[in-house]
Amino acid sequence: MSNDAQPPLIELRDIIRIYGMGEAEVRALDGVDLQIEAGDFVAIMGPSGSGKSTALNVLGCLDRPTSGNYRFHGTEVANLNRDQRALLRRHYLGFVFQGYNLLPRMTALQNVELPLIYKGIGHGERVERALVALKKVGLADRANHDPSELSGGQQQRVAIARALAGDPQVVLADEPTGNLDTKLSVEIMELLHNLNRNDGLTIVMVTHERDMAEYARRLIWMVDGKVESDRLTAKGAA
Amino acid sequence: MLWETFKLAFQAIQRNPMRSFLTVLGVVIGVAAVIAMVTIGNGSTAQVTADVETFGANRLILSPGQGRMGPGSDASSVKPFTLSDVDKIVDQLSSIEIAVPTSTSQLVAVYGNENYQTSVTGTDSGYLSVADWDLSSGRSFTDSDETGKAVCILGETVVEELFGNANPLGEDIRLENISCEVIGILKAKGASTFGTDQDDLVLIPFKTYTRRIAGSADVSMISLSMRDGVSTDRAVNDVTMLMREIRRIDPGDEDDFTVNTMEQLSSMLTGISDVLTGLLSAVAAVSLLVGGIGIMNIMLVSVTERTREIGIRMAVGAQASQVLLQFLVEAIVLSVLGGAIGIALGMGFAAVGANVLNIPFIPDLGIIALAFAFSAAVGIVFGYFPARAAARLDPIEALRH
Repeated sequence: MSNDAQPPLIELRDIIRIYGMGEAEVRALDGVDLQIEAGDFVAIMGPSGSGKSTALNVLGCLDRPTSGNYRFHGTEVANLNRDQRALLRRHYLGFVFQGYNLLPRMTALQNVELPLIYKGIGHGERVERALVALKKVGLADRANHDPSELSGGQQQRVAIARALAGDPQVVLADEPTGNLDTKLSVEIMELLHNLNRNDGLTIVMVTHERDMAEYARRLIWMVDGKVESDRLTAKGAA
Repeated sequence: MLWETFKLAFQAIQRNPMRSFLTVLGVVIGVAAVIAMVTIGNGSTAQVTADVETFGANRLILSPGQGRMGPGSDASSVKPFTLSDVDKIVDQLSSIEIAVPTSTSQLVAVYGNENYQTSVTGTDSGYLSVADWDLSSGRSFTDSDETGKAVCILGETVVEELFGNANPLGEDIRLENISCEVIGILKAKGASTFGTDQDDLVLIPFKTYTRRIAGSADVSMISLSMRDGVSTDRAVNDVTMLMREIRRIDPGDEDDFTVNTMEQLSSMLTGISDVLTGLLSAVAAVSLLVGGIGIMNIMLVSVTERTREIGIRMAVGAQASQVLLQFLVEAIVLSVLGGAIGIALGMGFAAVGANVLNIPFIPDLGIIALAFAFSAAVGIVFGYFPARAAARLDPIEALRH
């Protein structure tokens, strides 16, 4: 079976993202070329202001590049409008944020159900699928707890379950361990690593911690809006 | 999906019950005011109709001059009626069953040490039928009384003022210079729709009145009772034709008399109550407008507070239209809840008001439905702007909030 016939899951070509105009113009992304195959686990690192978060926003179709091509499954998505991008996120993407971003006063289960509501999945199946996702992150027994009753690590697990619930093709994680201490960070990274290895989940993660990036298979180093290096990690090479 | 949106709206409202209640207070007050006004208005209209019936639904009142009954009519410059007019009406018109002359003066009635100013009306025994009035005790005028005897029938108010609890039958009271014997007492009718006390009167035989009080034989008004089954229009027409003939009015000249019907009276009175209802409803509409602005204000605050939530929803795939719908539905649910509370409150007020004012309590389903629709409309109109603000948020900015 040859991979050549199938386009890569994600393909960025000469992506430029400019904020502001004239004197205040900032080139957050300045010609990014990148390919990510299905099943990969990519960590993006770089100094602050290097454009790594912007890159993740563009990959997540939350932001739109000023110019360049973004092919998702071979389909050009750089020029989609707001509603089309929302549909793409709904059906193909999952998000994990640094600050967890769970909805307060809703149980863990209800939070995980959220993407499924927008997918139009009925209540019964929704609860079932949300519970499966919670089980994957080891929190099936906390389904009916509010986020305020959960520890930071547990909250981030719920957020990962939410990202998984809709069966996305890529999970985009923005500093998922940024608010956690080392021990909890390791737990979260091991969870992501296992999801990638065992379930074949494609993950793109922005981090500023080298230790965490080592859980990925591939490490992209960005500087000044450009990809400076792109190499396999120890795990990826193994 | 829509069901989820409604559920979400209820959750958001429950989260802040006090704030939600204060938010919709304007709508509550507006709707309650409209419902209470209209319900009480309906009750008073029904009451007017009922009052007119106690006044004698078949009754016509013939008065000289073109002025309507009430202020502005100048009795001195117009040609009065005569007793022969009364006889001619009864003899010649098949549509009229009874015609009685009435002339009235304000006089002081005296009994012992008590004196009381009241209206003294000279009329005959037919008056009680025309006015649909019964005696609570005693008797009406006899033919012999009507030759000019000094007898009188008292209204309940006069009895209370002059006699207190004593029995007035057979006693003599003094009216101006004449002393007359009380032969009957009228049943109490209560206040008329105009607010005047219908029981504040003394009836004496017409001839007694003309000879001993007025000093002239003029009839100042004629009360008529239509025969059953005769239309008001026909009776009015008959009376008008006859009176024009008697009073020799040339064709083309205006009548120099007026026939008032109870229908005119009741439509005038209900007209007044309609105008009042209209005015108060306008005030209520302003209150609804202010209530709507209250909802808009809180929804804008809510959108700001929930910016991050909006960002999360957008990130997991909510489209702008879904975010818009979520906030719009929340505003609509809020204002419809307010409307429902307002309807309940308004009905409560109306029930209490109807009880206090002694009018019937008549709920109007149409106006309840309208109030409901109106509060939903307030939600849509005033919820749209905040909802659009939410839908237009940029997901990245919203998540960073």
